[in-house]
Amino acid sequence: MRTDAIDRRHALSLIAAAAAAGAWPGRAAAMTLAEARALIQVMLADLTGLINSGRSAEQLFPDFERLFNRYGDVPTIAQSALGPPARSASRAQMQAFTQAFSGYLARKYGRRFREFIGGRIEVTGGGPVRSFFEVVSMVTMRGEPPFEVRWHVSDRSGRQLFFNMIIEGVNMLATERTEIGAMLDRRRGDLEAMIADLRRAG
Amino acid sequence: MQTRIRPRAAGRCLALATGLAALAACAPADRGAIWDPYEEQNRAVHEANRALDTLVFGGPGAAPADPSGPGPLRRGIVNLAGNLDQPLMVANGLLQFRLDDAAHNTVRFLVNSTLGLGGVMDVATGLGIPARPTDFGETLHVWGVPEGAYVELPLLGPSTERDLAGLIGDYALNPMRFVVPGRLSPAFTGLGVAARLSDRAEAGEFIADILYGSADSYAQARLLYLQNRRFRLGDTRYVDDFDPYEDPYED
Repeated sequence: MRTDAIDRRHALSLIAAAAAAGAWPGRAAAMTLAEARALIQVMLADLTGLINSGRSAEQLFPDFERLFNRYGDVPTIAQSALGPPARSASRAQMQAFTQAFSGYLARKYGRRFREFIGGRIEVTGGGPVRSFFEVVSMVTMRGEPPFEVRWHVSDRSGRQLFFNMIIEGVNMLATERTEIGAMLDRRRGDLEAMIADLRRAG
Repeated sequence: MQTRIRPRAAGRCLALATGLAALAACAPADRGAIWDPYEEQNRAVHEANRALDTLVFGGPGAAPADPSGPGPLRRGIVNLAGNLDQPLMVANGLLQFRLDDAAHNTVRFLVNSTLGLGGVMDVATGLGIPARPTDFGETLHVWGVPEGAYVELPLLGPSTERDLAGLIGDYALNPMRFVVPGRLSPAFTGLGVAARLSDRAEAGEFIADILYGSADSYAQARLLYLQNRRFRLGDTRYVDDFDPYEDPYED
């Protein structure tokens, strides 16, 4: 029985590896740095339009959420922020969590982006990092030294989407892993209670 | 094998700074992304800092920062304090053997001290010479001193052992200390404090979000400080370029 189980696991991982090997080169060839840059360029144009629309941050929250879901892989960002507890969560719980997280992300980062009002955001560079692309953008505000925001873009979800942003070294995935972890700790690991908190947070 | 650094001609403060740096150097080099052996004391300091912040800046319900930016008086104070810090940055640039940065900050100092009316106006940034901030903590980094443990300092907030040594080194090194007459030194210190308070007010919403909006503001402030500080120092050893598609449940 024991060897049987090991064999089965071994066979499964072989299949997974073969599938990955088969799928990966095709996908790697499918996406180019130019496409990653173009995605971020189009997104930043949309974002700049929203920020300078004259509407308040609160009025813009639904638009920010749509923007993040259009150009970003929100389910992957959510799952990564939740970390190991995502493994034991049910499908319904993950769905509820992802939905709450999406709104939280839009409120929290939308408000930050709103502060770039009147500034200029442009793509200045980029390059491959392991299996994904990093696109570098610079934010220039009047009278302030420019600062950079980096975007990590991948097509592993099946679509070309960003999954991380790094503002002056501050990594969104790392930050949200810490924050979501702390929120879960505060609820002694009760995922449902944490999701309810998350709907009001950000 | 063990080198002992003994104070000699160098000022007492500088000796203390290098002493602290040597202490930091004793710390194990590879401790992962965050090394926080003083977490318990740090958290107590954090709570005190947060209580003080609530007292001074009004806590979570305080009015958000003025979107039009700081008024002319506050802007003048920040500019003046920044300009008085320039000679120190030039000194650190030289100690780091970054002659271009030292020259850049020298030009800034000359431009703002003259055209900027003694530094009240930051003319240099408008002329395309923005600040290239640096400090003795960065100098220690350039010299190969490791970061050391994370520490949260009373009033000053997040830091590391190396950056604490840097603060002391900056105090000892600051050329302005030898230029400003003794009876003016309280005014000099007061200006620095006013500028720091103004920085806090300007970053208002962002800092308030961390202090009052986060489930664990201590952990959040620690992470943000370390990530941003390492980025500014160009320390890429801890860069967390992880790929959620490779390892979706990374611990």
